[in-house]
Amino acid sequence: MSAVTETLPAAKKTRRPNYVRPSKAPRQRKSIVLTIVMAIVVIYSVVPLLWLVLNATKSQADLFSSFGLWFGGDFNLWQNIVDTVTYRDGIFLQWFGNTLLYVVVGAGGATFLATVAGYGLAKYNFPGRRAVFAVVLGAVAIPGTALAVPTFLMFSQLGLTNTPWAVILPSLISPFGLYLIWNFAVDAVPTEILEAARMDGASEIRTFFTISLRLLSPGIVTVLLFAIVATWNNYFLPLIMLSEPTWYPLTVGLSQWSAQASGVAAQPIYNLVITGALLTIVPIVVAFLFLQRFWQSGLSAGSVKQ
Amino acid sequence: MTSAAVTPRPMRRARRDWRGWGFVAPFMIVFLAVLVAPVVYAIVLSLFRQQLVGGSGFVGLGNYVQLFQDAKFWESLFRVTLFLVVQVPIMLALSLFVALAVDSARLHGSSFFRIAIFLPYAVPGVVAALIWGFMYGNQFGLSGSINDLVGFELLQPFSSQWVLASIGNIVTWEFMGYNMLIFYAALKVIPGELYEAAELDGAGQFRIISGIKLPALRGSIVIATVFSIIGSFQLFNEPNLLKNLAPNVISSYFTPNMYAYNLSFAGQQFNYSATVAIVMGIITAVIAYIVQLRGSRQEVR
Repeated sequence: MSAVTETLPAAKKTRRPNYVRPSKAPRQRKSIVLTIVMAIVVIYSVVPLLWLVLNATKSQADLFSSFGLWFGGDFNLWQNIVDTVTYRDGIFLQWFGNTLLYVVVGAGGATFLATVAGYGLAKYNFPGRRAVFAVVLGAVAIPGTALAVPTFLMFSQLGLTNTPWAVILPSLISPFGLYLIWNFAVDAVPTEILEAARMDGASEIRTFFTISLRLLSPGIVTVLLFAIVATWNNYFLPLIMLSEPTWYPLTVGLSQWSAQASGVAAQPIYNLVITGALLTIVPIVVAFLFLQRFWQSGLSAGSVKQ
Repeated sequence: MTSAAVTPRPMRRARRDWRGWGFVAPFMIVFLAVLVAPVVYAIVLSLFRQQLVGGSGFVGLGNYVQLFQDAKFWESLFRVTLFLVVQVPIMLALSLFVALAVDSARLHGSSFFRIAIFLPYAVPGVVAALIWGFMYGNQFGLSGSINDLVGFELLQPFSSQWVLASIGNIVTWEFMGYNMLIFYAALKVIPGELYEAAELDGAGQFRIISGIKLPALRGSIVIATVFSIIGSFQLFNEPNLLKNLAPNVISSYFTPNMYAYNLSFAGQQFNYSATVAIVMGIITAVIAYIVQLRGSRQEVR
């Protein structure tokens, strides 16, 4: 028992990249009870999504008359999808395009800035480095939405509200992403390689793009995924920045449809809200399932150093 | 050259010069423009007040004094604090349990469980609130069906005493998998020889959890707690969307963030709204800092 506790500090110091546990006691018996308990947790996680899929197949009338967790009388999914994307001259597709724009420019830009700066913090010693690091870490603790109202007031002074820039500019900054890359780059990019490249006469920029970027790629994928989720799911910021429905992302558009369905003088379009919600989450869920193993390795590597 | 590379790390970052700024500058410029500038602007705004006659006048800390006497603000702050002390421990305990279970090698098909539980994090908060809002509802939701089944009003997610719990459930559903992944990633990097040593000593599963896994998780628990605290204090999306479904229960000052939002966009009280934002930012930062400090101090122990 004492050996367990004694080996702890020693093991903490060996900071080798130990992503995959070498011997994971294959003799372990599987536990049925644990599997059942976990199955309940999975049901909790999946039932709302199941509800969404099932109800996206129902017509407006069936929504009210049939049981929530089973199909309705008719299979109405295709009709619902057609109705959703053609409602009000295809505004849904426009929202979809806006979301893509915000994700590509916002999340892409945020990842690029965080990668370059995190790398600079990890691998260069420059005057003011500590100050930069302290300020950025402090910014992690600032609640994003507390900033949203002041940002709106400032942007409206500058005439930026109601333009895509109002959504894109604030999402370009990801202090958490910077922190992850900084953590990751310390070990992932050996200083010796940089020295060797310098001796060969490569410029700093060239070294970064030809050598470091590749070594950083697991960390970059992780940050990119976080940024994509954050911008795809962004609601509060576009809600206050945009008043013109033509610039809405999906999230704001859907909430508007939902309010329209239940407000005074309600115009019930529940089936469109539900089908629209399904169409909103399908791309991001697919992206997740494809990229989740990259994410895993990036996060693990990031937490090696804590 | 190869021999130079083999020598064990001769003075890392020996040279100190300005080259690093080339990499950091783009981030810092945008950072100053979209993060620092709004904070400064909000502080300036909070020192002024819109007068009935002749634009805005400097009132010093007048807005802050008004805020500290504002019952609506205290009510909203109390509500998110209550939310924080109940929802965050439940969510983190669940996430911890799930992460330990997925990591334990005693589970059939553990990678399926990991992905399935993580999936809700990909769902936008707006969509999560819409789905749960519909499911809570009586019209075509599950609450209605269950109430019909038992024959009385067993579930009333939108009644005034349950609505906060209903919101807590949505937030737990959204972020349980995210926190699980943070814990799971930290568990993955525990060196294998620790387990071998524990096995040689004949340590059981629970001994391994308390002796090896939980200490290794301390850092990530602190991080997850800090993020959850920040999230609770900024609570906005879920109550704002459920407001459509339960307009009488969720007021315009249900959470501090909703209060700030409604002050700005319904009441045009921009100066006072900026004051709310500043005060909430300070409270959040202070509490997050204290948690971090306490967490890391225990680590040194």
